[in-house]
Amino acid sequence: MDRRVSVAIGIVFVAFVVVWLMFVSTPRWFSRPQKPVAAAPAPAPPAPPGRKIKARLFYVSEDGTRLTGVEREIAYGEGPLEQAREIISAQIAPVTEPLVSAVPPGTKLRALFMTEGGDAYIDLSREVTAAHTGGTLDETLTVYTLVNALTANLPAITSVQLLVEGKEVDTLSGHVDLRRPLSKNLAWVQ
Amino acid sequence: MSSQTPAGPSLTVLAREGRRALPIAMVSDQEFVALDDLAAAFQLTVHEESLGAITVTYKGKTIVLTPEQALASVAGRLVSLPAPPSRSGRRWLVPVEFISRALTLVYDARLDLRKPSRLLVVGDVRVPRILVRYDSPGAGGRLTIDATPRANSTVTQEGERILVKFDADALDAPTPLLPPQTLQAAAPFVRDIRVADNTTIAIDPGPRFGGFRAAAQPADATARLVIDFVSAQTDTTPAPPVPAAPQPPPEVPPALTPPASAIRTIAVDPGHGGEDDGVRGAQGTKEKDLALAVARRVKGIVEGRLGIRVLLTRDDDRNIPLDDRTALANNNKADLFISLHANASVRRSAAGATVFLAAFDDSDTEAARPAPGDRVPTFGGGLRDIELVPWNLAQTRHLTQSIEFATILEQQLRNRVPLSVHPIDRAPLRVLESANMPAVLLEMGFLSNAEQEKQLMVDVFQVGVAQSIYEAVVRFRDSLNAGGGR
Repeated sequence: MDRRVSVAIGIVFVAFVVVWLMFVSTPRWFSRPQKPVAAAPAPAPPAPPGRKIKARLFYVSEDGTRLTGVEREIAYGEGPLEQAREIISAQIAPVTEPLVSAVPPGTKLRALFMTEGGDAYIDLSREVTAAHTGGTLDETLTVYTLVNALTANLPAITSVQLLVEGKEVDTLSGHVDLRRPLSKNLAWVQ
Repeated sequence: MSSQTPAGPSLTVLAREGRRALPIAMVSDQEFVALDDLAAAFQLTVHEESLGAITVTYKGKTIVLTPEQALASVAGRLVSLPAPPSRSGRRWLVPVEFISRALTLVYDARLDLRKPSRLLVVGDVRVPRILVRYDSPGAGGRLTIDATPRANSTVTQEGERILVKFDADALDAPTPLLPPQTLQAAAPFVRDIRVADNTTIAIDPGPRFGGFRAAAQPADATARLVIDFVSAQTDTTPAPPVPAAPQPPPEVPPALTPPASAIRTIAVDPGHGGEDDGVRGAQGTKEKDLALAVARRVKGIVEGRLGIRVLLTRDDDRNIPLDDRTALANNNKADLFISLHANASVRRSAAGATVFLAAFDDSDTEAARPAPGDRVPTFGGGLRDIELVPWNLAQTRHLTQSIEFATILEQQLRNRVPLSVHPIDRAPLRVLESANMPAVLLEMGFLSNAEQEKQLMVDVFQVGVAQSIYEAVVRFRDSLNAGGGR
């Protein structure tokens, strides 16, 4: 009897470990399993009111084929993670002409987290795919708007992966490979 | 060309304005030209930066070269070169491929580098490549003269001499036209054959010449002229020392014999499909329908004219996962992969076609480098080195040829459809990354632009795209068959 109980306890323990390993410890199966050091839900708790920093945000160039860097004042965030959230919140906020954003209107920041290795994960709402114009060019511009917004402003972030509704996605609209983090690419900036 | 070598080897530049020779320097078995010679010939500005970079500017567009790096940055895009720039005294030398890979991307006119002939054709100058073969069917003799791209010719006789005049500006022909041993075998009918002037080949008949019959046989991009020689009725010559001449060894790879082709199968991938419409134009045009219509036209033209098998990743309105599209090409050992799409921009004015190539991060290319220690046991014992490249990085090994095809395709498209201000671009495109062959994605135009939406749906435009792809395949195949001379 004791033996059966200990076997049963053993099985339960092993099952727990397997489940923990599958769903908690290694949520990303084949791409650089790195433990998130922090995760913060959006929207952000407000930074000390009034304090601003300058950041370079990216918008679609006049001819539509590249991004243009625009220096803008955005809210200050304490530490790289908070600052990253402020940058992305400002980057995806609606803009008025002459600025045009490559991020589809209505896209919201669900969460943003970072690994110790400098990978940032931006979790966006479904509008980023559902409201996308499609086409290789605009999809590339959307991706590098977000990738460059973090990597060009925050040296602590070296690459960025986009998630949609909390999940990894293959692409936004059928072109750019989003299965792995992407590095800064200023070739797409005028 | 037949007669142009001043002192030492040189690259002959043929343009509407005339011809000039650029000296070629050999560095480690590579052919180099001096940057300042190129600058003088093509109105380039060359500037050596303080940090060591060399910038080459043409009409506001810039190419950046870095010493010790076999790369050029062309208006922000990287292209590979076979060797880094080399310094010779106070001059900088660049591999001749700099012209066909980098300069051509910024230059106004077409630059067609024919490395084996040391020829550079600028603009719309018509310079067909000439290949001559001789064989002796039965008692007669036969000369086969191929001109690529197709150039019509007229055959006339002046006295005994036969003249073949081509409708072209110059000829790209080997010297001599026939190697000596072949000419010896041809001697009963052909005493000599040579380029007489820029566009004419002269044939001096041999002692058994009794008459000739010439016939043109157009075949895809090549014009073939066959001249059959008839033996003279009264054969006064003693038997020549080469009776029943053995079949001469083919001095050049025959241009038209199908099995020799480097391209046998092409995969054409109409983007999107099924519930995935792709881009939708304001007038309701769907990208998925346009892509399929053009893909079918490409299949018709390429299979019909070239006999190359064209696989469509879908031939109806269904959605196929991106990986399956590439897998179909890989599993069928396609020699070329072309994905067809239509573009969109939030800026409604954006217009023109773009040829996209795969792009990889540095960490990816590092991962794709085969590890030297990968060894597997072989059947019967022993170990064998293997090259393991991650499946999703297969394209890294084919990028040079993909760039070459993209460059050719852009040149062909330029004559027929509007091009984007960035006609060749690179992005981490999933459908290209795992393609284990040269691969491009063609965005034919912008459905988000009302004017372009109208253009894209008319027959003339779609046929123009399909015809450009066909011509690019022919040029790419010829380049591969010639040993990748670019």
